[in-house]
Amino acid sequence: MDSFIVISLIKIFVVFGALMTILAYLQWVERKVIAHIQVRPGPYRVGPHGLLQPLADVIKLITKEDLVPPYVNKVLYLAAPFLAITMALLSISVIPFGPKIQVAGYQTWMQLTDLNFGVLFILGISSMGVYGIALAGWSSNNKYALLGGLRSSAQMISYELPLSLAIAAPLLISNTLSLRKLVETQDGWLWNWNLFHGFQYVSFVIFIIAAFAETNRVPFDLPEAENELVAGFHTEYSSMKFASFFMAEYANMITVSCMAVLLFLGGWVAPWPAAYGSGYVPVVIFAVAGVITIWRGLNPRRKRDRYTFPPFGVVFLIVAAVFLVPLLQSALLPLFWFCAKTGAILFLFIWIRGTLPRFRYDQLMGFAWKVLFPVAMLNLLATGLAIAVFS
Amino acid sequence: MSEPDVPGVAATLESEELSSGRRTLVLNMGPQHPSTHGVLRLLLELDGETIVRCQPDIGFLHTGIEKEFEVKLYQQAVTLTDRVDYLAPLSNNLGWCLAVEKLLGLEIPPQAQWMRVMLTELTRLNSHLVWLGTHAIDIGAMSVFLYCFREREDILRIFEMFSGQRMMTSYFRIGGLALEPPRGWQERVKKFIDVFPSRVDEYEDLLTNNQIWIGRTRGVGTFPIEDMLDLGVTGPMLRAAGLKMDARKDAPYSSYDKFDFEVPVRTENDVYARYQVRIEEMRQSARIVRQAMDGMPPGPWKADSPHVVLPDRDKMKTQMEALIYHFKIVTEGFRVPEGEVYQVIESPRGELAYYVVGDGTARPYRVHMRTPSFGNLQSTSRMVEGTLIADVIAAIGSMDFVLGDTDR
Repeated sequence: MDSFIVISLIKIFVVFGALMTILAYLQWVERKVIAHIQVRPGPYRVGPHGLLQPLADVIKLITKEDLVPPYVNKVLYLAAPFLAITMALLSISVIPFGPKIQVAGYQTWMQLTDLNFGVLFILGISSMGVYGIALAGWSSNNKYALLGGLRSSAQMISYELPLSLAIAAPLLISNTLSLRKLVETQDGWLWNWNLFHGFQYVSFVIFIIAAFAETNRVPFDLPEAENELVAGFHTEYSSMKFASFFMAEYANMITVSCMAVLLFLGGWVAPWPAAYGSGYVPVVIFAVAGVITIWRGLNPRRKRDRYTFPPFGVVFLIVAAVFLVPLLQSALLPLFWFCAKTGAILFLFIWIRGTLPRFRYDQLMGFAWKVLFPVAMLNLLATGLAIAVFS
Repeated sequence: MSEPDVPGVAATLESEELSSGRRTLVLNMGPQHPSTHGVLRLLLELDGETIVRCQPDIGFLHTGIEKEFEVKLYQQAVTLTDRVDYLAPLSNNLGWCLAVEKLLGLEIPPQAQWMRVMLTELTRLNSHLVWLGTHAIDIGAMSVFLYCFREREDILRIFEMFSGQRMMTSYFRIGGLALEPPRGWQERVKKFIDVFPSRVDEYEDLLTNNQIWIGRTRGVGTFPIEDMLDLGVTGPMLRAAGLKMDARKDAPYSSYDKFDFEVPVRTENDVYARYQVRIEEMRQSARIVRQAMDGMPPGPWKADSPHVVLPDRDKMKTQMEALIYHFKIVTEGFRVPEGEVYQVIESPRGELAYYVVGDGTARPYRVHMRTPSFGNLQSTSRMVEGTLIADVIAAIGSMDFVLGDTDR
């Protein structure tokens, strides 16, 4: 029992630390990707290729003046960012990142806690997150913030329906609510993934669209539509309180991406069995990346590349070598596939942000209720029927 | 919330009770708001997100430029015109110079005229690019903004090459140009104009057939063309409503009649039609620039009028008369005959006109500008009442106003 508590504590620290780092660097990745889409270099000053930019941002946000305007409802104003970030971070606790692993004689799951109703837990928690935004908008006592908060609550409640209906379809196929068991049913080859079960790509598309709306991302970023509502619900927030909303948005993005991966893309399972060499994919990827970076460092296009590229190349080669160690493979390979798939979905989020304009409020609601909801409903009925007929 | 009764704050709106029993909300949008393109203030009376009434409030960028003209020499005033519409400085330069030249009865050599046409069309591209970028970012398409500014940068570099300045060029002077066209300008302009049409295709790829873009812009911001004419709306807005009115065709100036170009017209009269008109205008402007560049006539680049036009530097050092003229023009200006003149040009925003009254001295008696932004901006209330907040942003974006141009 003692070892259970110790292991759990260690896991909590590792997951929390990793999540915070990823949150910070997701921001860096987003800025870089958007910048390259928009033909500009992005963050470049703090550290090589702006890699220390997240750190600088954190320091800046912490040292900013923490302003509480005199006209706000103090209790709710202070509670709102806390609520938003808590709910956003809580859902990561039930997400599994890999199978059972063995560390120093102890067996443990790569997951903080396995709830047998994990999917419902995440849905419930994400609904609670709406309170953070709605209360922030209302308690700020600012008209723009109020409009942002109202838009947000309406939007998130509306899109939760198609989201839940889209999630229900793969649950029917896997016949479980536990996220871990969900992945285990998708083991083996690529076509065992729920995405490739008959017409489940429909559920996947609905899920992704609703996920964009749930996380307030372009093209559904109306609650914070800068050009209409200044900064939306967080207009009156500054310093770390603003950062909390910011982090909550990115944590939600990560959660939703993890959910997409677990429900539809086979979680940490490789696209094809290890017997056919899927274990060497990360080695090849990192080795090629390392070689290319070193080569570019030796034949620099810009002067500074001579110094910045080779260290990256060496790091990549080391990572490639680590993936060859048999002892670590059982833990690292699932993690690699999980991160790769989640990263792909996150990239989709960023890519869309660089491409699409924003919906109008009535169009957004119309789309949810007139298009997405009926389609999700039909999809669920069809899935149920198909399962009843074929199994 | 009612506005405080402060002198100078002209526009006020009170929250009212609607027939449905709900109270309206008064939202003050601007003058510091990301999408009012400068310092426009809009007072919106909202029922939910629907706009019941809208009252625009201008004057936050009033600089008194029109009055300042009266204390400047005619040639000094060129620099003022740059600052009226800071996105289209050369169009304003041209309007002023043409007006004063008409008063003087000055003949402008063909090279200067063609150069003026070329640079004004580049200005039109510059202005339309800023418009497209900001309009797109208002509606949420972030990347278009930076693509547009990439091309705008090329144009500003061309301006810098000609005049030494990126924005406040003051390159057109009364009687011709300020400086001799720089060596190698043809390559620079050619390089730009060769790639530009493909860049316009890029913007269109991102927007024209984008369902979200169409959903946001089609059917938004319409109102009858008769009201437009009453309010003095001109330019692309009027052309998007179906009236083919373009000063370059209707009252050609600076030898625009020698160029072959189309005036794009749409009849839908919504934000999308205005977008289409301006995109097509960009293509046509590129055509004009190419024609001007290819067919640039040789010859002098300033008028042969020693009383008005500054002499060349080398003549100043060898000829007595040139030195005297230089001294006289710089210190006391040149006398412009008594009379009044009204010169219309087609600025990127619409019909820009300079009304100049001369009293026989070296300074104008009165200058009035008929600026397109002012007329276009008057349609705000008509366009947005009954629509949503998001439509306000789309509608004011489609007007393409510059507050400097509105307030003068």
